[in-house]
Amino acid sequence: MNITISRHREDASLRGWQHRLHLDAPLLIMLVCLAFMGLLVLYSASGGDLELIERQLVRLGIAFTGMFVIAQISPRLLQRLTPWIFVIGLLLLLGVLIGGESSGGARRWLNLYVIRFQPSEMMKLAVPMMVAWYLADARLPPHRWQLLAATAMIAVPTLMIAKQPDLGTALLIASAGFFVLFMAGLQWRLLIISALLAVAAAPLLWHFMHDYQRQRVLTFLNPENDPLGTGYHIIQSKIAIGSGGLFGKGWLNGTQSQLNFLPERSTDFIFAVLGEEFGFYGILLLFTFYAVIVIRGIMIAIQAQDTYTRLLAGSLSMTFFVYVIVNTGMVTGLLPVVGLPLPMISYGGTSIVTLMAGFGILMSIQTHRKLLPT
Amino acid sequence: MLSRLTLKDHLLETRLVVNRAIMLLVFALILTLILLSRLLYLQVIEHQHFTTLSEDNRVKLQPIPPNRGLIFDRNGILLANNLPSYRLEITPEQVDNMPATLDALAEYIEISKDDRERFEKLLARKPRFEAIPLRFHLSDEEVASFAVNRHRFPGVEITAGLARQYPLGRLAAHAIGYVGRIDEQALQHLDTSDYRGTTHIGKIGIEKSFESKLHGRVGVQQVETTAQGRVLRVLQRTPPIPGNNLYLTLDSRVQAIAEQAFGDYTGSAIAIDPRNGDILAFVSLPAYDPNPFVNGIAYDDYAALKEDDKEPLFNRALRGQYPPGSTIKPFMGLAGLEQGITGTHSKTYCPGFYTLPNNTRKFRDWKRGGHGTVDLHKAIVQSCDVYFYDLALSLGIDRIHDYLQHFGFGRKTGIDIQGELSGLLPSQEWKRSRRNQPWFPGETIITGIGQGFFLITPIQLATATAALANGGRIMKPKIINAEQDANSGELLPQHSELVETVKVYEQLNWDTIIEAMVDVVHSARGTARKIGADSPYRIAGKTGTAQVFGLKEEEKYDAKEIEEKLRDHALFIAFAPVEDPQIAVAVVVEHGGGGGSVAAPIARTIMDAYLQAPAP
Repeated sequence: MNITISRHREDASLRGWQHRLHLDAPLLIMLVCLAFMGLLVLYSASGGDLELIERQLVRLGIAFTGMFVIAQISPRLLQRLTPWIFVIGLLLLLGVLIGGESSGGARRWLNLYVIRFQPSEMMKLAVPMMVAWYLADARLPPHRWQLLAATAMIAVPTLMIAKQPDLGTALLIASAGFFVLFMAGLQWRLLIISALLAVAAAPLLWHFMHDYQRQRVLTFLNPENDPLGTGYHIIQSKIAIGSGGLFGKGWLNGTQSQLNFLPERSTDFIFAVLGEEFGFYGILLLFTFYAVIVIRGIMIAIQAQDTYTRLLAGSLSMTFFVYVIVNTGMVTGLLPVVGLPLPMISYGGTSIVTLMAGFGILMSIQTHRKLLPT
Repeated sequence: MLSRLTLKDHLLETRLVVNRAIMLLVFALILTLILLSRLLYLQVIEHQHFTTLSEDNRVKLQPIPPNRGLIFDRNGILLANNLPSYRLEITPEQVDNMPATLDALAEYIEISKDDRERFEKLLARKPRFEAIPLRFHLSDEEVASFAVNRHRFPGVEITAGLARQYPLGRLAAHAIGYVGRIDEQALQHLDTSDYRGTTHIGKIGIEKSFESKLHGRVGVQQVETTAQGRVLRVLQRTPPIPGNNLYLTLDSRVQAIAEQAFGDYTGSAIAIDPRNGDILAFVSLPAYDPNPFVNGIAYDDYAALKEDDKEPLFNRALRGQYPPGSTIKPFMGLAGLEQGITGTHSKTYCPGFYTLPNNTRKFRDWKRGGHGTVDLHKAIVQSCDVYFYDLALSLGIDRIHDYLQHFGFGRKTGIDIQGELSGLLPSQEWKRSRRNQPWFPGETIITGIGQGFFLITPIQLATATAALANGGRIMKPKIINAEQDANSGELLPQHSELVETVKVYEQLNWDTIIEAMVDVVHSARGTARKIGADSPYRIAGKTGTAQVFGLKEEEKYDAKEIEEKLRDHALFIAFAPVEDPQIAVAVVVEHGGGGGSVAAPIARTIMDAYLQAPAP
């Protein structure tokens, strides 16, 4: 390896504080903007609850610290650790299924006596890492048997999490794995076949769904059907967003939000508060932040220097996008109600820590690059 | 280091990944555009429409709770009713100063600390536009005095609703159960949209077990309100669907007679129709009045019930676990005969005690001098213990276990009321796995007379007795006779369910046992002859006594000397008429002393009440 050469030929992005601290400025700036905007909306949505803001600040602090720490780990080391992380994650998931603590009818938590912890969160990162690890040495596009094995790596944890039941996370993990395969060059023919299979499997899925999940699908198809239950959420959030108009009603002035017509307005439905108080332009600003993050993430994937980091960076960025689109699609009535928060804006959840850990990995990939001899 | 070939692949792969990355960005762009156009539609095109909706979000949806289904006995006598009652509700968003309002209200209406705490809990978790009940069951005076001052309390309203009432009070309270206000624990398990507006939920007994049938579906009305939230008119209404009525298999007349027959004794009695498993009487005494529970029993009253030594809240019929005592003997006899361990005419000599070879411990017979030479018939009629000690030892514990489990001992009967316990039918395997101890022969011996580890619940004993009566069919006990569909008024009968059929190897064996049980009641030396003498129909029965505490070998049991608490339980099982059994009964009288003298007359009274029903 020509270490001396690469040291002399570092390009601009490999120099300076970003490289030393292993941080990526565009990502970092956008994330801070999002966090700030989130706190602003959260303050309004919670009805000025400062204690809640404080708790969210602590959580953000932990998340940013976690991101910083993970960004210091080189992708090489991460790659070596990947199979272990995946296997441990699987074992923990098994532990949850057998002896997990349930809350609200779902078994998601594992009590490790020191901390209570959701292994499904860990799998959000471990699954794309594992698939990328598996395909790292393969010649791309992967051949049939490799695809089959990779599919199993995705399907097993996905099904285990769907069984908890936690459909939102299962969906995220499945798509994280899928994006790795897609980046690796999954053939279009196979893509179409699997899409058709998925459509064919829909009635089967219906059969396995819990009553409340079926109810959500039915409500999605016709919200007026259940105007007091989940349909109420959708009706009220549409009113909130729609009445916000182009400019919004102003911060702390959303009647839907402030008069408590809007349920779960601090958590899953916080997007409606933003839509009501800041209007279409406010949403555009939010989407600009998100867009910059996703585009930057994809750029990192393109610039990455080996298969593992490329696949992983692409998948992490796109999973973040799925987060955004599923939550906003749900709140605007385009998608059925799946319990996913709006990233960086919704209150609470361990999910914010996982999310930032993902950005830590992205930053590590970007800042540990060496210039290859050309 | 890189070979030309892999380097080429490397470039190809880079191109592939870049291609794919761009495709993903395009994909993301398309989805984002779809979302943005949706937002444009909502926020620009439909903006006016939603602004109107948001401005008069004074048009509200109100849930209309369904009327709870009624509960009747098998003859249509009302057991659980809905009566009109007034309650006070507050809509939080229309109240400026909640604490002040509550304090002011307290001048006109009694508001207890409990009421206030519960209200504040609901206040925190319910939407602010939803009315929250503060007080239930207002008296006429309270309604009147509030009505005069109503203008002072915007957002506070009196609404008329229906409240559960149990007209027969404590009768069959353990079967029917009661409803109570929905608490936080229940809220977590509920389909919340269907329970909007519902304030009460089944807590125990049939009210709980059949909650989903009794509750019904919530209705909705869209109402227009004034700025203060007072309803101006109803715009649209989807009526609720009331809950289904339930008709029980219980006969409240028989039930009342059965409960009276216990006098001051505590205990349990179950009467079952052996033909179909219908529960005719479900006695668990002492009982309690379910009515105070509906709107929250006062703390002191509840404490009194809880701390009562006689445990009125304890459902003995389903959860009381007693040694079966000698009532197990017919089943043991059948186990011996059907498995060829003993014959109808095999005899055992009873000197009044029994010893194991090489062991000095004496197992006593209840009759000090012994019964002399006994065969199975005599052993059942006179309840000879020694005969069954010997039989049990010949059978061995595992064969006893394997045969008796077919009669449903040691497992839940599956009765359609929740909360049943399973009793205990011991085996070597059980003792090894649960107690980590080996099985001793002495324990087999006392199992033969229904003592030791063996425990039954009254509902189990009645089910097994019914199976003796009907030739071995274990019917799942059922207490719901029919369900009445709220919409059509149609009666949907609930079907009987056969759990298991005990195999009959030899009909003669069963006849032998039943003949002996008939002679328990109808022969001169039978242990229950007292109830047989004047019976207009033939009864097959068996007495039993269950030891509450063990006597030392040489101690003599003397009822008078022993404190009531430690006195034996009296048991009796019976069915009648023998030729065509229509009722099977199991009676457990706690600390009643003798099965023949105390439990048997209660069984006779129940059977009389059912078989000699007055013409309707």
